[in-house]
Amino acid sequence: MKNPHELVEKNVGLLTVLILVAISLGAMVQITPLMFQQQVMEPVKGLKPYTALQLEGRDIYIREGCVGCHSQMIRPFRAETERYGHYSVAGESVWEHPFLWGSKRTGPDLARVGGRYSDEWHRVHLLNPRNVVPESNMPGFPWLAENTLTGEDTAAKMTVFRGFGVPYTDEDIAGAKEAVQGKTEMVALIAYLQSLGTYLK
Amino acid sequence: MSMFWTIWISVITLGTIIGCFILLRWTLANKTGVAEGEGMGHVFDGIEEINNQLPRWWTILFYVCIVWGFVYLALYPGLGSFQGLLGWKSSNQNIQSLEESAQARIDAKEAGMLVAYDRELDRAAEEYDPIFEAYAQIPVEELAKDPEAVKVGQRLFLQNCSQCHGSDARGANVGFPNLTDDDWLYGGSGAKIVETLTLGRQAAMPAWLATMGEDGIKETVAYVLSLSGREQTPEMEALIPAGQTRFAVCAACHGMDGKGNQMLGAPNLTDNIWLYGSSERSVTDTLVYGRNGVMPSFKQTLGDDKIHVVAAYVYSLSH
Repeated sequence: MKNPHELVEKNVGLLTVLILVAISLGAMVQITPLMFQQQVMEPVKGLKPYTALQLEGRDIYIREGCVGCHSQMIRPFRAETERYGHYSVAGESVWEHPFLWGSKRTGPDLARVGGRYSDEWHRVHLLNPRNVVPESNMPGFPWLAENTLTGEDTAAKMTVFRGFGVPYTDEDIAGAKEAVQGKTEMVALIAYLQSLGTYLK
Repeated sequence: MSMFWTIWISVITLGTIIGCFILLRWTLANKTGVAEGEGMGHVFDGIEEINNQLPRWWTILFYVCIVWGFVYLALYPGLGSFQGLLGWKSSNQNIQSLEESAQARIDAKEAGMLVAYDRELDRAAEEYDPIFEAYAQIPVEELAKDPEAVKVGQRLFLQNCSQCHGSDARGANVGFPNLTDDDWLYGGSGAKIVETLTLGRQAAMPAWLATMGEDGIKETVAYVLSLSGREQTPEMEALIPAGQTRFAVCAACHGMDGKGNQMLGAPNLTDNIWLYGSSERSVTDTLVYGRNGVMPSFKQTLGDDKIHVVAAYVYSLSH
């Protein structure tokens, strides 16, 4: 062949394969080894799995798109740690599937919001953020106080998470529905928020 | 990181860079079978592809990038467990607790590592710690007269406290106290403000519906509103004497005279300052459902020295 490069230029299939090979080299170095590192598999001391209620709260956090404006990842810069607390470490996220680190901070980071405000503050704030923070541009979520949870799927969700390696016991799963049933979404979400970042002690 | 992964990463990374170099050399040689400057036989929209060398500046840039790749991997951590010749890293990894984090900082310093985050903290400590330490020596009441200290305290307040107490510190009628009115739930001395900030507070107003019944609640509301001289309808005013009798149980915390008890965080009910609003409805809610105001602890977030300065700012608001 007089021009071997034509082989690549004129075969889209071959070009695609070669591009995938080139990209996968990066993935093989950046991603694959990390999955086998102890620090991303070993939970921080005293890490507890989400309770049934917190787990439901987490799903509401996902449903309402909180992650679109709030990150959960404190980076190791003083400007962040002065405001939010110790930078996030890998061992805090080992049971997160998927993690909600986010990449957008229209609102503040929430990685360590647990215990920062009272439950009552969260309730007032979620109903209408401007009741406590007049400058806020966060939307209100008043329906959370009206919707109640049935707990129908909670046990199933926990079983799935157990499959990912989250140490839920049989009792946790058996009592899941009862722990959640009849509670408002507001209560579940606040329970979730109050747990965030509180285990690195 | 295990030896296996170190080799894995090193071989692929270095192999890729060397591969790029070889690919570059290979494509620089003319393999098209067409002389340089001649047409390649592609014409599209009247534009003809001509067999030209890669531009020289571009080729040189490619070589520079390859060299930079090797230099970077020698200086910085990139090849598995090889830490790089500079001993630089962004932050201490593999941390399981705050204690380990503090220890990792000491270890890294002893090992001569350049941890970017730690250096940032050290530089800030060098600059700001003496200021905060000097402030910590001055009693809160005195410090509140120092405009510089108050300004520092205000910045910290806006960052950490304004979400509940408001950026003007006037609180909100949903249970977040106004800090400017010199009316205190737990005491307004410097030491008490520091205590509140350090340990947090947990208020516990019980729910009274089960004990008092609906009539009892209504009577007590009438009496409580009368304590600060609020105008009420004649029907409500008629209930005041009955409410006064009911108030005996409330007196355990709020005192016989209703002036409250700062030891318990029980508010003064006679001063017409209302934590949850002064409407009949709001006072009724307080009695029916109880209230559980929470002030979080800021010991871990701010630390003792900064709490001292925030306390001075809060104290200055009403003095």
